[in-house]
Amino acid sequence: MNRSLLVCVIVVVALTATGCQHESADAKVVKFWGMGNEGEMVRTLIPEFERTHPGIRITVQQIPWTAAHEKLLTAFAGESTPDIAQLGNTWLPEFTTLGALEPLDERVRLSATIQREDYFDGVLRTNVIDSVLYGIPWYVDTRLLYYRRDLLQKAGFPEPPATWDEMLRLCETMKRQAASDGIRRYPMFLPTNEWVPAILLGMQAGGEFLVDRNTRANFSGPRFRRAMELLASFYRKDYSPIGQSLITNMYDSFSDGLITMYISGPWNIGEFTRRVPAHLSEAWMTAPVPSLDTVRPGISLPLGTSLVLFRQSKQKDAAWQFMEFLASREQSIAFYRITGNLPPRKSAWEDSSLRRNPHIQAFHKQLLRLEPLPQVPEWEQIVIKLQAYVEFVASNAMSVEEATRRLDRDVDRMLEKRRWLLEQGGTR
Amino acid sequence: MRPAPGHRRSQTAAAWLFLAPALTAIGIFFAIPVLGALVLSFTDFDIYALADLGMVRFVGMENYLRILDTPLFWTALKNTFYFVLVGGPLSVAVSLGTALMLNSKLSRFKTLFRTIYFLPVVTSLVAVAVVWRYLYHPADGLLNHLLSWFGIGMIDWLGDPTYAMPAIILMAVWKNFGYNMLIFIAGLQNIPDDLYEAAHLDGAGWWRQFVDITLPMLAPTTVFVVMITVIGYFQLFAEPYVMTQGGPLYATTSVVLLMYEQGFRWWNMGHAAAIAFILFAIILIFTLAQIALQRRTGQ
Repeated sequence: MNRSLLVCVIVVVALTATGCQHESADAKVVKFWGMGNEGEMVRTLIPEFERTHPGIRITVQQIPWTAAHEKLLTAFAGESTPDIAQLGNTWLPEFTTLGALEPLDERVRLSATIQREDYFDGVLRTNVIDSVLYGIPWYVDTRLLYYRRDLLQKAGFPEPPATWDEMLRLCETMKRQAASDGIRRYPMFLPTNEWVPAILLGMQAGGEFLVDRNTRANFSGPRFRRAMELLASFYRKDYSPIGQSLITNMYDSFSDGLITMYISGPWNIGEFTRRVPAHLSEAWMTAPVPSLDTVRPGISLPLGTSLVLFRQSKQKDAAWQFMEFLASREQSIAFYRITGNLPPRKSAWEDSSLRRNPHIQAFHKQLLRLEPLPQVPEWEQIVIKLQAYVEFVASNAMSVEEATRRLDRDVDRMLEKRRWLLEQGGTR
Repeated sequence: MRPAPGHRRSQTAAAWLFLAPALTAIGIFFAIPVLGALVLSFTDFDIYALADLGMVRFVGMENYLRILDTPLFWTALKNTFYFVLVGGPLSVAVSLGTALMLNSKLSRFKTLFRTIYFLPVVTSLVAVAVVWRYLYHPADGLLNHLLSWFGIGMIDWLGDPTYAMPAIILMAVWKNFGYNMLIFIAGLQNIPDDLYEAAHLDGAGWWRQFVDITLPMLAPTTVFVVMITVIGYFQLFAEPYVMTQGGPLYATTSVVLLMYEQGFRWWNMGHAAAIAFILFAIILIFTLAQIALQRRTGQ
């Protein structure tokens, strides 16, 4: 009895194993690297693709965001890049400098599913380097304001602040009220381990971060300095907590009213919906970022990730079919439903599932006012350096003047090679 | 009676033959990479060079000069010395102390305790780091809870630049002392019992016995342990990489962490290789100094 069962199992396993082998010998295998949560969730879209494209099989490798940059560079050095990957769009200049990515203009021109006009302009532009298209936006990420509607109302602000002056007045009022009520409150939370607030304010102040064809740093210029002073005032006046340790769980702090405003991206809609207690579900809302100029809303950043095709891929046509599938209007809506990631295509925003969600309307407004970031391979390194100096300024260990001067010095050194290359006439 | 020259030559040849596999492995996996890194440290190999080898420039000593001119390097060096000079002696003292306790005739369940003390050494650092982050939590952590009994207020162990390095040291010592403890126990067991018996008959107390018998007899072991610990501690990397990523305010950025970031995060390989050789020089100087010191005191 036992033995015959064992034989049965062996036969079945052997049969299925050979069956699988046979199938995969015919099918083209496309390797896809997905980062973080997206790498996990993209798996749910694959059965539909494999059903409609029987000759192609997709294998997904999931990579944590924190290790993604190193991993991709190492893969390039070791000639083991995947066929396609999702890439943070600020990394594109770096990987095009390496010559790692396949230009996509021709494929898009011939594509029936991807139309350039359907993409938010600010987001598509991040994928164009030296007028060549290297990536297809997969989802967009921009930053805006999450706020406690009830607490702002209590402070006499029925509408979220539209300018930074208004924002400072609001913070002042809240701080005063909290002091007289004897409660601890930080009106705003600007984490000191993020570069986004500094760059966002810098863009709004009109500070060109890099000058001379992006070969020289300009952080100590008056415009960026103004932005940094504004950012520093939130810490100096105790409007925002310094460091991470006070806010151990941002969602709890937001629900408790320890913080009342926070600049963040679309992924937090899902998190807030899940984590803020039910009785406060009506109390929080999103709004475009305040503005430093006369135009509303203020400028924000075109972030997000793109799908890229690697030059070393041997399955470019099959891989492109999968990219087209993921980038299609239907799949970007499906992806929004399972992950909350916002579609980069304007037509997708007409879908009822996006229209129904009150919290993402502000993102739609914000997506229409984005400004591009400098497209240099050193950008990631630059902003990480900036982030370190923001921390020094926030904790009052350095003045804005000194921090921006040192930052310029550090960044100028990072760009030394770039200057040399431009002098040589090679401008890749 | 000396062997014939021909016999000796064939013996030498045989020796080389036996050494050949090991030497080949060392050559391929050690000598060549080290030489490669040395060459690399005189170039500006970076992400552009990764794309096109024609963009590598030979820059001579510039990487070295530039590193010495970078404030962050000196911060990292200061942090590393802090870790070595405070953590090193502490680690040796703790391992010696536990070894003495475990070797004492009075202690019981020796094997059990030896295993318990050795467990952190073989535990994955990432798992350890997760647990220690809870211990160090400013509001709910066990450590602050214990300290509050003594009236010590909330300390933000990993978030405050003053306390971050002590926190790293504490964890590193706890994680590593078991290994040195085993070596000390072996050293202690090699000390003949009759020395203690004779000293006891002469009326020497515990402290006299420790100073005049245990310490001198243990000297070779101690030198070995100190040297290994110092070399290991200079290469501080995993603890801050996992716990603090070098922060807050670079307070836990070590030289090796800096090298890793330059090399593998930003792909400035020339720069990173130069940092590695500077660290090598520092460790070499320290080790030679220890050997010299030991010779002098040994005589």
